[in-house]
Amino acid sequence: MAFAPLSLAKSQVEALRTSVRHALERWLFRVGRPDPAPIRLHQRRIYVLPTTAGFGLAAALLAMLIASINYSLGLGFALTFLIAGVAVASIVHAFRNLVGLSVRPGRCPPVFCGGDARFVFLITNPRRSRRAALRLRAHGRHTDFDLDAADIATVELACPTSRRGPLAVGRTILETCWPLGLIRAWSVFVPDLGCIVYPQPEAEPPPLPVAASTSGGGRREHGEGDDDFSGLRPHRDSDSPRHVAWKAVARGGPMLTKQYAGLGGGDALLDWAELPPALDDEARLSRLTAWILAAERAGRRYALRLPGTDIAAAQGEVHQHRCLQALALHRLAGPAQDVR
Amino acid sequence: MFAERVRRAGEPPLSPGTLPAPSLTPGQGLWLLAAAAVTLAPHTAYFPPWLSGLCTLLLGWRAWLSWQRQPPPHRLLLLALTLASAVGVRYAFGHFFGKDPGVALLALLLCLKLLEIRRARDIRSAVLLCFFMQLAIFFEDQSLPVAALAVCGTWLAIVALLALADPNAGHRAQLRTGALLLGHGMPFMLMLFLLFPRVQGPLWGLPADAASARSGLSDTMSPGSISDLGESPEIAFRAEFTGPLPEPAARYWRGPVLTQFDGRTWRTSSSPESATPSYTPAGRRFDYRMTLEPHNQRWLLALDFPGPAAAALRFSSANQALLPRALQSRSRFELSAWPDTPTGLHESTVVLAAALTLPDGYNPRSRELAARLTAGGGSDAAVLERVIAHLRGSDLTYTLRPPLLGRHSVDEFLFDVRRGFCEHFASAFTVLMRAAGVPARVVAGYQGGEVNPIDGNLVVRQSDAHAWTEVWLAGRGWVRVDPTALAAPQRIAAGLAAALPEGEALPLMMRQDLGWLRDLRHRWDALSNAWNQRVLGYNPDRQRELLARLGFARTDWTMLVGLLSGITVALLGALLAWASWQRRARDPLERNWQAFCSRMARAGHPRAPWEGPMDYGLRLAAALPQQADALLEITTTYARLRYGAARERADIRALKRQMDELELR
Repeated sequence: MAFAPLSLAKSQVEALRTSVRHALERWLFRVGRPDPAPIRLHQRRIYVLPTTAGFGLAAALLAMLIASINYSLGLGFALTFLIAGVAVASIVHAFRNLVGLSVRPGRCPPVFCGGDARFVFLITNPRRSRRAALRLRAHGRHTDFDLDAADIATVELACPTSRRGPLAVGRTILETCWPLGLIRAWSVFVPDLGCIVYPQPEAEPPPLPVAASTSGGGRREHGEGDDDFSGLRPHRDSDSPRHVAWKAVARGGPMLTKQYAGLGGGDALLDWAELPPALDDEARLSRLTAWILAAERAGRRYALRLPGTDIAAAQGEVHQHRCLQALALHRLAGPAQDVR
Repeated sequence: MFAERVRRAGEPPLSPGTLPAPSLTPGQGLWLLAAAAVTLAPHTAYFPPWLSGLCTLLLGWRAWLSWQRQPPPHRLLLLALTLASAVGVRYAFGHFFGKDPGVALLALLLCLKLLEIRRARDIRSAVLLCFFMQLAIFFEDQSLPVAALAVCGTWLAIVALLALADPNAGHRAQLRTGALLLGHGMPFMLMLFLLFPRVQGPLWGLPADAASARSGLSDTMSPGSISDLGESPEIAFRAEFTGPLPEPAARYWRGPVLTQFDGRTWRTSSSPESATPSYTPAGRRFDYRMTLEPHNQRWLLALDFPGPAAAALRFSSANQALLPRALQSRSRFELSAWPDTPTGLHESTVVLAAALTLPDGYNPRSRELAARLTAGGGSDAAVLERVIAHLRGSDLTYTLRPPLLGRHSVDEFLFDVRRGFCEHFASAFTVLMRAAGVPARVVAGYQGGEVNPIDGNLVVRQSDAHAWTEVWLAGRGWVRVDPTALAAPQRIAAGLAAALPEGEALPLMMRQDLGWLRDLRHRWDALSNAWNQRVLGYNPDRQRELLARLGFARTDWTMLVGLLSGITVALLGALLAWASWQRRARDPLERNWQAFCSRMARAGHPRAPWEGPMDYGLRLAAALPQQADALLEITTTYARLRYGAARERADIRALKRQMDELELR
């Protein structure tokens, strides 16, 4: 009990620190709402600072300068100043390695929680010279790449996911330590790029529940198993080509899909309320996710019923996405991650 | 035109903590090895042989490992090697703290560092060590070739860093980028070199060995000490006369004055110093600028007899010009000489008494000879004439390779071997004069010099080292007598090479018959002199002169810092302009299309990045039905020109016209 105020204070401090950091970034790096695409890295977006190696060289140069003064080494001065000049010139070279690049957010397919969200960027080098040793960084992960002269590269950044819901790529950094590793030039931007993180499917879920409305199973169902042919229905995009009634098409008729009746199948009703009360919200979502995948694999139609959401029975990729998205967005606790 | 291509940039990397060390490519190691080799090469001339051998061996090992793609040797082995090297340095130099052992340790550390390179950080430290070693060679040698080698070493070290940052670039591209960086660094270097506030070193006491191994005159003279210098072509100093040059016979550059004689070795005795010379300059005057190589001594080697000068000089009672401190670096002095000045007219009795002292028990035959020559009585001047006449008649030979002499060095020279170099002549003559009761002393220094026809400077080398005698005559003061001239008058008039007897082997450069070689050397000397004067001789005084010439009369730190900042900003601005200047793909068709798209975007219909021209045209036509035809025409034409087989300039111009004529409502 005594810890409660402390932990509360801790979280408040954490929140304060985060908000201060964000405010600082907004002010310093002009990071705010997602930048409209394409994000062109012009002069004012690029920042440069020495790296650790740069500070190391500075210390070495200071030692060399003192030695030159102490021993009155004319060429010692010249060498020290030459290396210093090269280091200063490398600031401009690092800057030049980034300036003029443009970044366009690509896509990011949905991902199950725990997997890697693969954000895809299109990065264009309009200049007729190569850009070396670039690094794209977000969510603590990075991808290294080079850009040839007048090249467009598709760069994929794999970021880990730990929560379901929408995941924005958020604050992204494109940086380079080229040419000498003494100077880091970077640009911060927020691309308009995000993805849906589905809940993590339960590893070993119980078998699919049978639809409650059609009790007394065992009789032939107008479901979509593939044991026995039961009839034809109009073709839907999501239908497997194996089930298209090609003979009908060959006769010049419309695209029809052959329907089969599975034994003991029937529309599965995946109902939040039917789940054992011992399960907490996230466990329920995990189980529902696993069931949706299982139903899709088995080729069965399924309906999803969540508190406040009701999705009628169907089957196919679009339906699956709709259901999984509903699960992903269901009763999201707290603000969505990294959406600023 | 863009070569569109899709790249999957790598698998998701592991979290930073578990990153395996990225294995270094052979190219990265190669550049570093080359940089280290170029950096260490000039050092081998100054290292003890075992150290040069060890460094070569370690670099060779590194090269072999790279060649065989072998992993670096085990850490423990390297540790043992490092300890062994430290012990070796301690044993060879006797101590750790000092310039020479420090440089030796750094060289070994560099070689060992190359052997243990596993990570990027190792390469960076090795590059820093390379930079240190490039600086360290300047302790020994700051000549043009060494400077050129240092620039090469810096270049290679920079390329090693480039290869570390960007291992995918080609070798030529890396060399080119390195050269570009060096080129961009040059203006900064020039600016800092000229304007960085210079402080005259040293900032603190230098280690004892800071100026070791300087050749030149020492403050003692014994048989053989000057003839050792006779074969050295090293330059002692240069003199640039503003007017005519003094004749060869007047070119006596005064070094230490040696009064004490212990029977074998002549030594200096301390003489009081003052800010002005004890004599009054008179007669002809020669103005010159002397560039003196560091000799780690206080004497200035000024032409007899120096007058008051701008620099803070001291004058000893022995008519020497002295520096406040031993000379540790090449320095320039504006001096003037009055060769006809009488000196020592009112010499103190103490000095004269010291100039008559001879040790007992040495050179009995010479003393006997002196007694014989003085027997006729007469003035000191008459005795002097008789001694000179005797020596002239005694068939003495001037040689660069005198035989070794025993205890009675003067006796053996005068009566037995009769062969000697200038120190033998001066020593013998002075002993004879003292034995005859005439005050005399030995003066060591340089005599003569060679005029470089390229820049007109008088170059005086170690081989011009010389010793002569000064005799004190009442009413005339100290009179210079050069006994060497009695046996070899050519030595004074034409230099060492002309004076030596036929058949005596000469150093290559002194041979008279190799004209082209001498010419080459003259050119090289002139170039080195310009380098020494302009580059190495740039010090706080030169800086002040330069700034005064640029119009900055008052120079202080704030002004220099302001000037430096201003130029830095200007240089950075120029570089930034270069960096921002993008050489875009200059395709007129593409440019027109981009202009068209941005115009449409302003009108509220931006082209989606994935949208091709035909799709875009259809969408535009649907959005702007009044211009549908024109829009479709434009987009189709563009697609045809862009992706079609042939493309004419006229077509592009026509398309441009269409675009211009399009009116949006």
